[in-house]
Amino acid sequence: MGSYLRPTTVTEATEALARAREEGRPGTVVAGATDHYPGRVVRVVRVVDDDVIDISGLVGLRRIEEVGGGWHIPALATWTDVGTASLPPMFDGLRRAALAVGGRQIQNRATVVGNLVNASPAADGTPNLLALDAVVTLASARGERRVPVADFVTGNRTTVRAVDELVTGLFVPAPDSGARATFLKLGSRAYLVISIAMVAAVLAVDATRRITSARVAVGACSAVAQRLPELEAVLRGMPAAPGIGETVRPEHLITLSPIDDVRGTAAYRREAAETLVRRALEELVA
Amino acid sequence: MTVWVSFEVNGGPVDVEVEPMRRLADVLRDDLGLTGTKIGCNAGDCGACTVRIDGQQACACLVPVAQVAGCQVRTIEGMGAGAPGAPAREFADLGDLQRAFLEAGAAQCGICTPGMLMAAEDLLEGPADPTEAQIGDAIAGVLCRCTGYRKIVEAIVHGVVAHRSGPAHPSGDTRPDAPGTRQPAVGARLAKVDGIERVAGSAIYGADQPPAEFLVLRAVRSPHARARFRIGDLGPLRQRFPGLVLVLTAADIPGQNRYGIYATGKDQPALADGEVRHRGEAVLALVGDARTIEGIDDADVPIDWEPLPPVRDMDAATAEGAPLLHPNVPSNVLISGRVARGDVEDALRRSVVSAEVDVETTFVEHAYIEPEAGSARRVGDRIELFVSTQTPYMDRDEVALILGLRPHQVRIIPSAVGGGFGGKLDLSVHPLIATAAWLLDRPVRAIWTRPESMAASPKRHPSRIRARAGADAEGQLTAFEFHADFDTGAYASWGPTVANRVPVHAMGPYEVPAVLATTRAIHTNNPPAGAFRGFGVPQAAIAHEALMDDLAAQLGIDALEFRLRNALRAGSVTATGQALRASAGLPACLEALRPHWASWRSATEAWNAVQSAAGGPARRGVGIGAMWYGIGNTSMSNPSTIELGVDRAGGLTLYSGAVDIGQGASTVLVQIAADALGVPADSVGLVSGDTDRTADAGKSSASRQTFVSGNAARLAGEDLRAQILRLAEAGDGSTISLGNGRATVIEPGGGAIAIDLAELTPVRATDASASPVLLGRGFFDPTTTPLDADGQGHPYATYAFGAQIAEVEVDLELGTTRVLRIVAAHDVGRAINPTQVEGQIHGGIAQGLGLALMEAYVPGRTENLHDYLIPTVGDIPPITCLLIEDHEPAGPYGAKGVGEPALVPTAPAILGAIHHATAARITRVPATPDRVRAAIRAIESAHAAERSDRADLTS
Repeated sequence: MGSYLRPTTVTEATEALARAREEGRPGTVVAGATDHYPGRVVRVVRVVDDDVIDISGLVGLRRIEEVGGGWHIPALATWTDVGTASLPPMFDGLRRAALAVGGRQIQNRATVVGNLVNASPAADGTPNLLALDAVVTLASARGERRVPVADFVTGNRTTVRAVDELVTGLFVPAPDSGARATFLKLGSRAYLVISIAMVAAVLAVDATRRITSARVAVGACSAVAQRLPELEAVLRGMPAAPGIGETVRPEHLITLSPIDDVRGTAAYRREAAETLVRRALEELVA
Repeated sequence: MTVWVSFEVNGGPVDVEVEPMRRLADVLRDDLGLTGTKIGCNAGDCGACTVRIDGQQACACLVPVAQVAGCQVRTIEGMGAGAPGAPAREFADLGDLQRAFLEAGAAQCGICTPGMLMAAEDLLEGPADPTEAQIGDAIAGVLCRCTGYRKIVEAIVHGVVAHRSGPAHPSGDTRPDAPGTRQPAVGARLAKVDGIERVAGSAIYGADQPPAEFLVLRAVRSPHARARFRIGDLGPLRQRFPGLVLVLTAADIPGQNRYGIYATGKDQPALADGEVRHRGEAVLALVGDARTIEGIDDADVPIDWEPLPPVRDMDAATAEGAPLLHPNVPSNVLISGRVARGDVEDALRRSVVSAEVDVETTFVEHAYIEPEAGSARRVGDRIELFVSTQTPYMDRDEVALILGLRPHQVRIIPSAVGGGFGGKLDLSVHPLIATAAWLLDRPVRAIWTRPESMAASPKRHPSRIRARAGADAEGQLTAFEFHADFDTGAYASWGPTVANRVPVHAMGPYEVPAVLATTRAIHTNNPPAGAFRGFGVPQAAIAHEALMDDLAAQLGIDALEFRLRNALRAGSVTATGQALRASAGLPACLEALRPHWASWRSATEAWNAVQSAAGGPARRGVGIGAMWYGIGNTSMSNPSTIELGVDRAGGLTLYSGAVDIGQGASTVLVQIAADALGVPADSVGLVSGDTDRTADAGKSSASRQTFVSGNAARLAGEDLRAQILRLAEAGDGSTISLGNGRATVIEPGGGAIAIDLAELTPVRATDASASPVLLGRGFFDPTTTPLDADGQGHPYATYAFGAQIAEVEVDLELGTTRVLRIVAAHDVGRAINPTQVEGQIHGGIAQGLGLALMEAYVPGRTENLHDYLIPTVGDIPPITCLLIEDHEPAGPYGAKGVGEPALVPTAPAILGAIHHATAARITRVPATPDRVRAAIRAIESAHAAERSDRADLTS
């Protein structure tokens, strides 16, 4: 196997990543490791020769906290941490995703950030983080930068993270933490299921029950989960009342590019996504 | 690179020098010897390796060992009150959850049990009376393929209650015998005789206890479905990997490089010889130390592939000019089956109503949680295999052929079997580890990975069925016509069994005067399809039950009532011309279901009316499925011999060659033998499976062990009893007790005769290492007759019957189906152990539900347990079992089998329920959400077209 480092500070980690970059042997960053091993078992349990930088020892990156104008979800926050943290209703969708990522064995060790960085089209976290307008914080020996989630994931298993960068956490702005949120996941069995389609939605309403902001994202129906900006624009200013699901039109989902696979046909995915969007909105105004 | 990692395991400190990224599961098992932690997938999909780290459950297969530095790790070995770090051995040592699992029958094969118990510990910290949803959330990460989860949930409820009520445990003794009395064991809910080691994590499975100084073997497998290949110069490979001790190729097979279930169908090579016929076929094997073998990538091995266009499906296989899989199998048709009685065409013509259906099913994977594993060692001129198997004697003979040895030179010692369901009836690791160990004279072990297990093991046959049936105005079936093609894949395996069994059962459990049922098993370049719980009958049942629903609806007769009118019963004559004399309890099953059926149907209709009025998308429906199933081999001898010995001290041992694959054969046979002899069941020791120590009891398949080996166990007990009574010159009403070097016989009048066992001459038993002084022997082979060209004859000595009803809720907009509840009525003749019978029913239903709704194996695509879906705890609804005991005169205490029957009616009941809920008849399974939605859409657009036609007419 390759080298192994378990740094105790972010600086130690980013310096190691910088060194690895210079040596032309980019390191693999491991946190909960739940995606690390399955990704590497193809037909045989092979000795993996990646150089590993195991960030699980960065104990300062565990606690989910309220910070100025929003919430910080650090790199080591697990799904169980999200499920048990005291968070406002706008996180209800992410909280629901926390209970849907694998079984508890996975939820206890897998991180929200890892789910995003792994960049699977079916990642349960990503539509929620998109709908929350989350911002990714990347640190490297070169400095720190912030990238919106929408710009962070660029394709199936690809992100803008440079090989010497470490994602230290996510910032979720919460100007209207009274917003409500939901997450609907569609699969062929009750637990442990890779989504056929999923929808995350965050809705904010003013005192007259008019929608001030609607953020809706669909996952597993394109290489990268997508927001539905046209639908969101239509929803803004509408009364938050039952029947709102009727607003949804097939053309609002036109940018999706679902595929046929063992879990479902493309046509089915498209239709199901529309149904889920409708239901998510109805749930949020109920 | 290695580091020292210090942590605690089960309260004790541990320091290991390891590679930091080694999986915790491997360190626990290989370095610390804690093999109670099982590995089912190495991908976090199955949860068998669940341990607790600092009080939280985790998949040990996904945890780098370096991450547990300073942590507290808890494994199954830490549960209960045994010695620190050692698994519990006695009932008294078990923890509350373990006891509850044992008593409820929550552990069948036991491979998931340690992980399940670890996960369940979450609930000891939660509410005192956890809800089903809370239990589900806690254990959802652990897959179980045997139990259908219901008894696990039940056990957890009991275990949590016992835990809360403090240290004063209930006695937990499920054995019915108070001192000095003896209740019959048959009919009692005895805990499994091999249950303590399963809940304690100490049962030894195929991967658990390798011989000392073993070498590791791994096969290199074909990435192509059809190809020619040439193995290049292996010199450089050997040079690069000095730890590579042997590269095994087809040329190294000492005996016959062809095996197969049937003597006439030995077509499968242990290692492919220049040509591969399915993806996943083994082409060579690498043998060496574990590190070396793990380090060799398939790409490092010089194999020149010449891919050929594969025969992808049955149409391609039977097309003009299709390449032949095997030169001696013309048109790729391995075998055809046929049952014909009466004039079907004429009867159909004269029927008042008729119905037709096309059914399509796909490959289904057994998905036992224990992948194939075992080890082999050479002992002089013999070879010994310790291996996970359902059929030690067939394994013995096959290995002998492959090694060029005589059968007695091969010893098969079955490991604990972590699930079989038919998939461990074929050879797996055996030929390669045996060959390597034989050639090297060193112990060799192999453990298949999950993707390898899925790619290389046989599957349930995909089928394409067309069936027609007719009935008269009174609702009596008049005719049934059926043809099924089964994709038997690249090799014969158990394909002939499917082709022969299906025509007998094709029309369902009904009396039909005119029948024509034909089948073909067709070779393709797909994985071999073999034995899987039901041998094709579950596929056929989808067709016949759809037809019954359709005919009943056309005649306006209730679907249950229609089945009842046509049900086979004592006095009926089957389509093979066999008169059923007794124990044909389908009418009783249907009558038992009737009250549930009526109330569920009306309740769902009321519920749907409310939903419909409110514009809701959910609809409920109730469906019914009925079945029958011949017990044992089809028209073939399938004998069993069981021995029951008494040693000099008075110890009693049952020598049973019937492998317990989790279904409970060992417990059932002990119960039967104990009653036949007239002693308490807990006085019977057990030697199981070892071909050197037990006689051939046949394979654990075809639902035959309770009926066939059960009879042999009964006869062995009766034989031993007769011998003891003869020695004592006592009458049959006497009671027998054994112990302290004596057999004591007490006559009804109270007189006691003691036989000094030390004075008896030892007798010869199959087990040469034993020296019993008394030995009862039982032999049983069910009476069958061959089937003639029209399939006429008596293929089975007895049949199981059953029927199930299922209620589902379908989301009309999404096409998702949730099963809400099931009632299962099964005629089992006699429930030797009702807990185990229920366990088989629950497990069969779970697999039937998977077949109906989610399971589809696609070679190269779903070779893991997250793309291949099997039901989780949240998918299995509450199940009510109604045990119908229509005494089988030829059965032991009236018993028949139940293992396969329970699976057969589930999919038909669920599909019928979907139809009731949505009007959509799904005939292509699995009924995944996209297929259900498509069927609903088709009905919606038909209705829309009808409406617009009507509008056109009125405008």
